[in-house]
Amino acid sequence: MCGIVGLFLKDKALEPELGRLTAAMLHEMCGRGPDSAGFAVYGTGTGGASKICAVKRLATLDWQDVTARLARATGSKVTCETIEDHAVLRIEGDGAKARTWLIENVPEATVLSEGEAIEIYKGVGDPDAISARLRLASFSGTHAIGHTRMATESAVTIAGSHPFSTGRDTCLVHNGSLSNHNRLRETLRRHGERFQTENDTEVAAGYLSWRMRSGDTLEQALEHALDDLDGFYTFVVGTRDGFAVLRDPVACKPAVMAETDEWVAFGSEFRALAALPGIDGARIWEPAPATVYAWTRS
Amino acid sequence: MSPAMDGMRSAPATRNTRLDLAELTLRQVNETLQKAEAGDFVITHPRGAHALGAGLMSPIGVSIEGHVGYYCGGMNQHANIVINGNAGTGVAENMMSGRVHVKGDASQSAGATGCGGLLVIDGNASARLGISLRGLDIVVKGSIGHMAAFMAQAGNIVVLGDAGDALGDSIYEARLFVRGKVASLGTDCIAKEMREEHRVLLRGLLDAAGIGPEVDVAEFTRYGSARTLYHFHIDNLGSY
Repeated sequence: MCGIVGLFLKDKALEPELGRLTAAMLHEMCGRGPDSAGFAVYGTGTGGASKICAVKRLATLDWQDVTARLARATGSKVTCETIEDHAVLRIEGDGAKARTWLIENVPEATVLSEGEAIEIYKGVGDPDAISARLRLASFSGTHAIGHTRMATESAVTIAGSHPFSTGRDTCLVHNGSLSNHNRLRETLRRHGERFQTENDTEVAAGYLSWRMRSGDTLEQALEHALDDLDGFYTFVVGTRDGFAVLRDPVACKPAVMAETDEWVAFGSEFRALAALPGIDGARIWEPAPATVYAWTRS
Repeated sequence: MSPAMDGMRSAPATRNTRLDLAELTLRQVNETLQKAEAGDFVITHPRGAHALGAGLMSPIGVSIEGHVGYYCGGMNQHANIVINGNAGTGVAENMMSGRVHVKGDASQSAGATGCGGLLVIDGNASARLGISLRGLDIVVKGSIGHMAAFMAQAGNIVVLGDAGDALGDSIYEARLFVRGKVASLGTDCIAKEMREEHRVLLRGLLDAAGIGPEVDVAEFTRYGSARTLYHFHIDNLGSY
């Protein structure tokens, strides 16, 4: 099953409310995905520095030690802020290289995101408990994507929780299952994509990162995904300034969207959108199969 | 259940009894509707709730003020349900009789497996409308998505707008009337001649849905089964 929510704000005045609104949306999707949950929040930029979000796989991991080792390895200034079992490492240098170093040298952690604006947090268990523990409601930002998971394709672990991110400031959540991810993963590895799990959704995230790194816009990357990804999917994708939705041509997985002058929102079901401010006057529609819907902040 | 709810259950048929989902649980509302033998009810603050007004068995009137989730009016018998909003997956699925009227859009599998009664959708319906239809009549004023009327056995589907891909795939004896364009027909579904009996039938369906003479039955094309898949035939192996 799985539940997806997404909220892309157009009205700056709502930005302090982003986390609260997203938490309320995610709450409505608990029943669709009680196994695990995660969310990506796009906050204000760092002015050139990179933020890397990571979560402990081993409780004994010491983030201060990781911070010091990363600083030594990269020769860059690194600072660390922790939230529960997560850390946000801020690095004044090449974020992609730092991400790769962490994946290769700190197996006690899973790297969740890297970028100027993106922060990803994940957990296993009740989605409401996860968003409370990781203080989702306190976040401000421009857009957010959340996911509640009912595992079908791989184990109930943090590694299998969404959102998935392999490229800078890009993330993806998925309801469905892909059938050609193993072969595609190998192809993408040859193109330099770095994967941390055997999960099908991580391959879709890697695919979009690779396409956009190769020059595609978000819309073009998703148009290509229609040709290259096989399986069932409703995707919601976030980039530094963009937000997009794509359903496969069969469109088994549910989706409803709403838009006002203040925001664009996605929910697996309408009840996820029912509490948004101004929903009564919103344009509400079901995204059509095999059609890319994308918004970009100007 | 609160004393107020008990009082309402034993009360005689009333007009416009208000049930507010901001105050009552979904189960309380559905129990009240399922036990009522007559009367009219107004449901407020549905907020996308699932299975609202499912399993009703009496000729009551239910007006829902807002958008509903999955399976609204499912298995309906005799009740007249009006949704003043959009409906999620499976509205009026397996409906037996009565009437369900969606004033907005309907999501996938609207009216699936329906056996009788009338489903009217003022807006658009998405994929898989009326799949495995078994006698329900469906009138859609907008357009419909792909795979509508898949394996539909009996009943009628009227579409004032366009139809998506694979209309009527593997259809049995249901009749389809489409005024607009059809993206593609499914296996064994063909356009058929509109005879007088079909014009009379279609006019009756339009009338029942409250659609006046401004919509002319001559603008519709009838689609139905070519009946080539009814029995196994080795030449059709690729189509089974």
